[in-house]
Amino acid sequence: MGVIEEVQQGVADRGFMLASADKLVNWARTCSMWPMTFGLACCAVEMMQAGASRYDLDRFGIVFRGSPRQSDVMIVAGTLTNKMAPALRKLYDQMPEPRWVISMGSCANGGGYYHHGYSVVRGCDTIVPVDIFIPGCPPTAEAFLYGILQLHKKIHRTNTLYSGWGASGVTQSRGVKV
Amino acid sequence: MTKDKLDHLEQLVASRFPDLERVRLADALILRLTPANLLATMGQLRDDPEFNFTQMMDLAGVHYPNRKQPLELVYQLLSVHKHHRLRVKVALEEGMPVPSVTPLWWCADWYEREAYEMFGILFSGHPDLRRLLTDYDFEGFPLRKDFPLNGLIEVRYDPTQGRVVRQPIQMVHPDREPYQANLS
Repeated sequence: MGVIEEVQQGVADRGFMLASADKLVNWARTCSMWPMTFGLACCAVEMMQAGASRYDLDRFGIVFRGSPRQSDVMIVAGTLTNKMAPALRKLYDQMPEPRWVISMGSCANGGGYYHHGYSVVRGCDTIVPVDIFIPGCPPTAEAFLYGILQLHKKIHRTNTLYSGWGASGVTQSRGVKV
Repeated sequence: MTKDKLDHLEQLVASRFPDLERVRLADALILRLTPANLLATMGQLRDDPEFNFTQMMDLAGVHYPNRKQPLELVYQLLSVHKHHRLRVKVALEEGMPVPSVTPLWWCADWYEREAYEMFGILFSGHPDLRRLLTDYDFEGFPLRKDFPLNGLIEVRYDPTQGRVVRQPIQMVHPDREPYQANLS
């Protein structure tokens, strides 16, 4: 039974309804994750493919935004260079909380093909805290979609009212703080 | 280029520039110049209606660490009208400036900037000799063979300073030096 039907049933039967605030908030968050488009390389093409009609990210309530101020998720899709790294962090800092980061593809995960290059960041988790890593070079649209569903699961597991995004001392991979 | 066309071009080059060294390699004709005679010769190649090289298709740098003149510039010229091509090479020593060909072909602007940042080749008379692709205050010339493959610095976010900082590189994996064989 969907959430809307559950609410309607509860109101019809009893005149009121009971729900877990966490569930409600997490439902609201997962069903309208607006990613900030951060297409850096060929992974961005797979991201566009996932957004187009065959895989249709719209059905998950995912609408690509051009502004960090209106986004919940940052998808780092492609090779992150040393020159781009400060800009990436600046955009991440401009996103309102709660916010999540998906690292898409080998280059964003750990430098990938350019791991031994002189100008590439060896994993974007040294710059921003990453929630989901999607492997692949580039990941297929299905893999990308699977990563988004994994992020949904991760959000559903959080205790929204107690954990408090932005709480100090929340440290993620490689010492990058939230 | 067909063989008769190439033969014709070689005869033409031999008659106009008898003193210059030229090489016939595969299907290409290579002309060797020096920084001193570069601009005058290039100007003639562009303006002489028999040559008619109105386009400079590419400009690349090469680093040969074992040579006495370790740096080299390679120009690829094309005449659309005559339908023939010419390759021009200039060997350079470290720090030796070479005149910019931007007065002849404006497209050389970014090619020369790239050759400058990647090989450290200096161009005299260039309108705006800045870095093109690399990070804003990048140090070193990355396409030289003696530049470490992994680079010299890496970036990371420093939570105490609240910004992205640079630090000397610390590779977890062992260094790879694919050019070692070429250096010795």
